[in-house]
Amino acid sequence: MKALLLNPVLNKEFKLRLRSFKSYLGILIYLIVLGSIGIGFIFLTTMNARMGYFRPEESRVMFMVLSMVQLGLILFMTPGLTAGVISGERERQTLNMLLTTKQSSGSIIVGKLLSSLSFLLLIIVASLPLYSITFLFGGVAPRTILATFGLYMITILTIGSLGVMFSTLIRKTIVSMITTYGVALFLTAFTAFVAVLSIQFISMGGPTQTQNPIPYLMLMGNPAAVLMTVFEPSMQKELMKQSGISIPLWISYLFTCVFLITLSLWISISKLRPNMRVNKRRKA
Amino acid sequence: MIEIVNLTKRYGTFTALDQMNLTIEKGTVFGVVGPNGAGKSTTFSILATLLAPTSGTAYIDGIDVTQNPSKIREYIGYMPDFFGVYDSLKAGEYLDFYGASYGIAPKEREVLIPQLLELVNLSSKKDTYVDSLSRGMKQRLCLARCLIHDPEILILDEPASGLDPRARVEMRDILKELKAMGKTILISSHILPELSEMCDALGVIENGQLVATGSVAAIQQQLKANKVLIVTVQNEFERAIQFFEDQPLAVDVRKTADMELQFGFNGTDEDQIRLLKEALQQSLPILSFTEEKTDLEDIFMEITKGVE
Ligand SMILES: Nc1ncnc2c1ncn2[C@@H]1O[C@H](COP(=O)(O)OP(=O)(O)OP(=O)(O)O)[C@@H](O)[C@H]1O
Ligand SMILES: [Mg+2]
Repeated sequence: MKALLLNPVLNKEFKLRLRSFKSYLGILIYLIVLGSIGIGFIFLTTMNARMGYFRPEESRVMFMVLSMVQLGLILFMTPGLTAGVISGERERQTLNMLLTTKQSSGSIIVGKLLSSLSFLLLIIVASLPLYSITFLFGGVAPRTILATFGLYMITILTIGSLGVMFSTLIRKTIVSMITTYGVALFLTAFTAFVAVLSIQFISMGGPTQTQNPIPYLMLMGNPAAVLMTVFEPSMQKELMKQSGISIPLWISYLFTCVFLITLSLWISISKLRPNMRVNKRRKA
Repeated sequence: MIEIVNLTKRYGTFTALDQMNLTIEKGTVFGVVGPNGAGKSTTFSILATLLAPTSGTAYIDGIDVTQNPSKIREYIGYMPDFFGVYDSLKAGEYLDFYGASYGIAPKEREVLIPQLLELVNLSSKKDTYVDSLSRGMKQRLCLARCLIHDPEILILDEPASGLDPRARVEMRDILKELKAMGKTILISSHILPELSEMCDALGVIENGQLVATGSVAAIQQQLKANKVLIVTVQNEFERAIQFFEDQPLAVDVRKTADMELQFGFNGTDEDQIRLLKEALQQSLPILSFTEEKTDLEDIFMEITKGVE
């Protein structure tokens, strides 16, 4: 922990972040978006319900909606915050000087990743008061809330590491960002699409009880699907039954994430600086 | 000490550096001059561990750049030809960040930073945001940054480029101070006069090859000479060297290989014939007497034009 606090990149990025007006504007816009969705939801439900007040069941639905929207916002923001951390320094011509210092590649990469992600963390924490509405009306187990925020953390780390990797490998920030958005979209929309397609395809063949692992395999990297199984455990049971895989989806998701994080950080760290030795090896 | 050995860098089929060899002694200020695209930045980037060579290598204090780049980084301070700054940092914080990146303790940095700012005449700018500094000030700040870990060797890629004459003089004075501190300095420019005053020795580089090295005076003479003659003798090398050194038209006579010497020659073809005749009359055992093809004249024009 002390080593992290002493990480020069992390330290400097915090300073820059807190000085930039854009950061505060970002938080403000984020809260306005999330807040208006929450308030809009309350407004709509109370208008439709004749009773005119908010019940635990509605509070639960609202939590689900808010959490899904928040996940969407996080998936949208993470590539933007991380996919330029290295290529951006290259474009601003500050990377060369950073790379000739004694700081290790690992320290630079981890410092960059954590500094971008801590801003997201700040945003998520700032959004907590909005959730107090659902705490007030009940209907959501504390376990569900914890699981939701745990899911946010691991998802941010995964997409963030992918963003840092593309930023290291690709020279242009724009291209790196598009690639990271592409991967995020693949993990959420594309996998869900294939999963739904495959379920429909099987059910077309009649009520035969054939096992179909495709939906499970597709969704084990999909944060939105995992969030859904957190809300609706029955969905997870169905998925496990159909695939014949008895590992809960969130555990598979955790493993997928850890794998992606390790792989992308490893690639980033080893590709940040040129391999000065490469030619010697080729000769030998 | 810096030793460059058969250093070659290719970009695809284009050869940016071609079998370069160069040794720079400890404590010297060595200038690398060459026109645009000659390969100066390429050489410096390899020395700074930012670029892998295609073949060959370089040693800094005996450490191989390709084998132990992280060790090299402790020894060198590198200033790139083009660089950016972090906009929302103040000059003091800017140095502090790099100090931290070199693993210098916060207490030490507190002492060090005012000293460095003093050295580059920026003491009054400690709390100024770096992006509001002038170009010359940024260059000097960047120089201070290179010095933060007190490296023995400075690799400065065109530190005076884009500066007005006054700022250039300021930069020159700082470099003199650094030289007095005993640093080995490798500095580049595409114009000779910019370097001639402060360098102990120069290397002229063109198309990725070192075409001339030596003291400033020697280079200037060599470049100005009409041609370069190469003479090999069978024996009596000492007498041959002595003979050519005594010739008024020969400049910068030096040994280039065993029994081979080279010098710049400032005479006409007739003078050259007379020189050979005389050498034979002195019964020097001359094996060959050839004129080296160089386009030093063009290079000289290139690197001396358009200054002050
Ligand atoms: N990444 C690259 N890809 C292809 N060619 C390159 C690359 N970098 C440099 N070159 C080429 O290598 C040659 C040497 O470039 P270098 O930057 O070392 O020249 P220089 O001597 O520093 O010139 P200048 O005075 O303009 O700074 C140039 O012809 C350049 O076009
Ligand atoms: Mg250059």
